[in-house]
Amino acid sequence: MADKPTDLHSDHDHHRAHGHHDHDDDHSHLDPTALRVRSLQSLLIDKGYIKQEALNELIDTYENKVGPRNGAAVVARAWADPSYHQWLLEDATAAIASLDFSGRQGEHMVIVENTPEIHNIVVCTLCSCYPWPVLGLPPAWYKSAPYRSRVVIDPVGVLSEFGVTLNKEKKVIVWDSTAEVRYLVLPERPVNSEHLNEQQLASLVTRNSMIGTGLALPIEELPA
Amino acid sequence: MNGVHDMGGLECFGPVVPEPDELFHDEWEKQVLATTLAVGATGTWNLDESRFSREALPPDQYLSIGYYRIWLSALENLLVKHGLVNAEELKSGQSLTPPATIKNVLEARDVTAKLRAGSPVDREVPSKPCFAVGDLVRVVNRHTLTHTRLPAYIRNHSGVIHKIHGAHIFPDSHAIGEGENPQWLYNVRFEAADLWGDARATDGSVHVDCWEPYLSKKP
Repeated sequence: MADKPTDLHSDHDHHRAHGHHDHDDDHSHLDPTALRVRSLQSLLIDKGYIKQEALNELIDTYENKVGPRNGAAVVARAWADPSYHQWLLEDATAAIASLDFSGRQGEHMVIVENTPEIHNIVVCTLCSCYPWPVLGLPPAWYKSAPYRSRVVIDPVGVLSEFGVTLNKEKKVIVWDSTAEVRYLVLPERPVNSEHLNEQQLASLVTRNSMIGTGLALPIEELPA
Repeated sequence: MNGVHDMGGLECFGPVVPEPDELFHDEWEKQVLATTLAVGATGTWNLDESRFSREALPPDQYLSIGYYRIWLSALENLLVKHGLVNAEELKSGQSLTPPATIKNVLEARDVTAKLRAGSPVDREVPSKPCFAVGDLVRVVNRHTLTHTRLPAYIRNHSGVIHKIHGAHIFPDSHAIGEGENPQWLYNVRFEAADLWGDARATDGSVHVDCWEPYLSKKP
């Protein structure tokens, strides 16, 4: 695993290029797992347990509709609006639902706020729990053995692998999502960003800054 | 269950290699996600049982086959276990027996509403919480043969109650067909130096959500 430490997700018979030969009449080009999945789906559809249209809708939702821009909108609102910020800290589930983000894997939300003294970072050591309504599906590294295992014992080391070096005085708090409570990090607001509007602020909020493996972007990186 | 899924504190897997925003490695992974969610919506089993099924895979497989193959294998096992398909049907992909009765079939038009509603797990219970914010607690030395959400790295360690989340469905019961059995759920703060020893000491902390049966009063 030395050359590919995210190997919990790599595969022996996975050939990315074959995704482009994805036709029903072209099974010879599909890898064995793709064939196995297709066979299972057709069995379950024949049985009447699932419907193809619902599968398409589920995929479309998590590929195109739900993702970290939702979380960025929450963070930007909290930076821009002190009363929303307070509400978010007190009742994150309701405050986030007020922006129309709610539901599966975000039923019970808690916000953890970074400050000059504290840096928060979120993990699920037991599986891959992640706040779907605000961040979408977790990236591969979040689900990988290296991340799940090490964040709790060596968060500073893991952060360095993400290129993040914290001030030595900063205390690191790790949140292990062992229950159905989902944690979202409220990153520190970039310095000198007082003049930015909410939309501009949101563009500085990265996905990783809301997991705690990154920081919000400095205003110099504001998209033109 | 003491298994390889319970990884907190291991350091044998090498560095984390961040990737670009890659959620899926291949088209079939999306199909596994969608199929798992759609079959889940039939109401035949719950999320805790799904997690248990993934953890119960042979450890060499769990560590090597990849995330969505874990989901796929666990889904196949649950389908057979609950009698929705049999092993021969799974092998052939052909339906050879009449379908089992299921509670619900997910329709495309209901997907958005169902996902938005989610499945809250907080419940009203008649009991009062045994612990209050600020109480010192000790994690019990609990080894179950079935599903639990008590990670090994906090067993026998002491912490402080940081927050009371309310009473939530107890996964240890829910995963094995023993009902929701809601229990008080607490967020507990453990000092990093206490968990990992002085040699690795930082002044940081690790917070873990723990149900009441995982905790005892600190003597």
